Amino acid sequence: MLKDLVTPQNANAFVGKLGDILVKAIDQPLGYAINWGRLWSLWPVHIETACCSVEFGAASGPRYDVERFGIIEAFGSLRQCDLVVVQGTITRKMAPRLRLVYDQMPEPKYVIAMGACAITGGLYFDSYNVLPGIDGVLPVDVYVPGCPPRPETLIQGCMLLQEKIKRMKAR
Amino acid sequence: MTTQLPPGIQLEKVDERIMTLNVGPQHPGSGHMRLIIRVDGDRIVSCDPDPGYVHRGEEKMAEYRNYITNIPHLERPVIHDSCNILYPYCLGVEELLGLQVPERAKYVRVIASELNRFTYTLYWLAIYGIFLGHSTMFMWPAGDREFAIDLLEKLTGARVTHAYFVPGGVRNDLPANFEDVCLRQVNYLEKRLKTYGDIFYDNPILISRTEKTGVLSRQDAIRLGTTGTVLRASGVDYDLRVKEPYDVYDELDVHTNVLKNGDSYDRSKTPWLDMLESCNIIRQALEKMPKSGSVRVKLKPNPKGGNDEVYKRVESGRGALGAYIVSRSKPEPYRVKLSVGSFRNLICMPHLLKGEKLGNMPAVYWSLNYWPVEADR
Amino acid sequence: MSDSENSEQEIQAQPVEEKQPDLPKFEKDQSDKITTKFGSKTEIAFVKPNRIKINVKKEDILDVATFIRDELNYDHAESVTGVDFPADKEIEVVYHLGSYTDPQLDKQVLSLATRATREDDPNPGKDSTRLPSLRDIFYSVEFHERECFEMLGVFFDGHPDNRRLLLPEDWADLPPLRKDFAIKGR
Repeated sequence: MLKDLVTPQNANAFVGKLGDILVKAIDQPLGYAINWGRLWSLWPVHIETACCSVEFGAASGPRYDVERFGIIEAFGSLRQCDLVVVQGTITRKMAPRLRLVYDQMPEPKYVIAMGACAITGGLYFDSYNVLPGIDGVLPVDVYVPGCPPRPETLIQGCMLLQEKIKRMKAR
Repeated sequence: MTTQLPPGIQLEKVDERIMTLNVGPQHPGSGHMRLIIRVDGDRIVSCDPDPGYVHRGEEKMAEYRNYITNIPHLERPVIHDSCNILYPYCLGVEELLGLQVPERAKYVRVIASELNRFTYTLYWLAIYGIFLGHSTMFMWPAGDREFAIDLLEKLTGARVTHAYFVPGGVRNDLPANFEDVCLRQVNYLEKRLKTYGDIFYDNPILISRTEKTGVLSRQDAIRLGTTGTVLRASGVDYDLRVKEPYDVYDELDVHTNVLKNGDSYDRSKTPWLDMLESCNIIRQALEKMPKSGSVRVKLKPNPKGGNDEVYKRVESGRGALGAYIVSRSKPEPYRVKLSVGSFRNLICMPHLLKGEKLGNMPAVYWSLNYWPVEADR
Repeated sequence: MSDSENSEQEIQAQPVEEKQPDLPKFEKDQSDKITTKFGSKTEIAFVKPNRIKINVKKEDILDVATFIRDELNYDHAESVTGVDFPADKEIEVVYHLGSYTDPQLDKQVLSLATRATREDDPNPGKDSTRLPSLRDIFYSVEFHERECFEMLGVFFDGHPDNRRLLLPEDWADLPPLRKDFAIKGR
């Protein structure tokens, strides 16, 4: 009976329909599951770039507990981390090192630009040693404004990143 | 044998025993600076600090902004201790412009300055916990610090980077009922701080990791020009609030904590004792403060100083903070130099880390009360 | 020479006179000791309460600094500041000295200032902007002099390690704190 259904004319369409069914049944839930695992365990690299690191440290404290979102500052090596939070001003001395750190991290990786200085140079826009924003060096996913942003703002930035990851392709 | 090297590549003969490590800007045991450490097995042979990763050119930019617009800039080196780093700048500008600060403003300044000592020192203690791997020592100070930040938020409107001190006083008066709330929270903080003695400073693991490491003798502390808690942990009794009192510290009773051994354990204990002392200072200041009065002197727009220079010093959580201001009859200062405690204590690092074991490096390095953003300005 | 409007003693006391009112006594003693020993080589810039400033030529600074350390008991340098004066074609370097051991000097800060010639086209390390280093006398100036070198281009003879400290390794522009180094856009 199958041989009657599958003729050389509609074999392509049949395979296409089978592919659609497989995607809906297996690939989409699989992608959803993979993304679910990624967004509830974002591990930031332990690199503090400038003064916004104080508010990042306060966000990890008991009052604004960011660990309940899975964001544990894994103190190990950067090969196990997948999030770079650029905290504050990037100077010309720090920028090549930051790029090196970003290149060494495994895929998939995300970047949050925290603070006005990381977005556009902020208060130090005319300094001789400061880059006007991190956009030219790293591809940024979420911008969190503030000088420094309150810990609640940082947590909202992380939640925006989670929304973004949900919509991304898993592989 | 290699005959032709590609351009830009050099060969260097490396000693067989000694290895160079970069304890770099991305490291769980370093802040925003790099230490180039050469080790022979487990012993450190030499250490070369490499600061400058957060050098933003504060001193150059201060010459392009006038005395009032400089305030948000000059508080950014230490954002959680911003009142103390603006203090010598405001005192200096007041002397240059000939301003008389009202009495109530002086007391409010003392209270804000001591509250900032809590926020700075508790954050320092929290990061010390991370470096030593003691996660309770991160969580407890990070949580208790929020009480001091709540008070500062009621007072100034911001959690950190308060921009509260201006030349001529403070920006705004105390909100209603602030004295009672402050007294209650300071009493609670003091009760919490006293429990730190049992869980942290009597902890045998902390004691064995920090005792007898990085010993700085009294002569060396004086010769190297150290300042702040590093100096007081090595037996030198020098605290600017007692020796050269500014604002109303001469009417308050301040006790200096001096410890004798000069090792990392003493350097980690002195800031805690200073915080307990701060509680007393705040209580005294709240009692003696005049109940009413203005807190700010009205300034004309674009004030100019004469052809003069001034050097003022203040005691902060890291040590003596000095501001050297040179003015030349313009609304902008001619030169502003911040002499910060972290930069003065930087010279202890190559001195103390030589001969230490590599595992002791975080304990010694962070006990020097070094905040990299401030040292780079 | 002495900036007497800020002296505390003048506010309390005396009727307005034409000559200068009295300078604070302890600080005057200190500065007199230096001028009696060195005479015309040093020049007192001002004597204020708790602050004295002395100008010295660069050839004599080592002797004056040794005298200050041995006789007047100042034992460390708090900071080293460089100030650029392009109109005078000079760069002034000010050492702020303090004392931890002598209880009479708790509040005093002595500023020791010297000047180095300034060239319009600097070549840091190889031109005539040089000063003798005070590292052998006050060891604490080690990192401060390095910072002064990279920010203003003043080379310190006798310092073992005149290297970059805060600026990036590939900085090839003028030393930043000079007045002819303009920030972009201003």
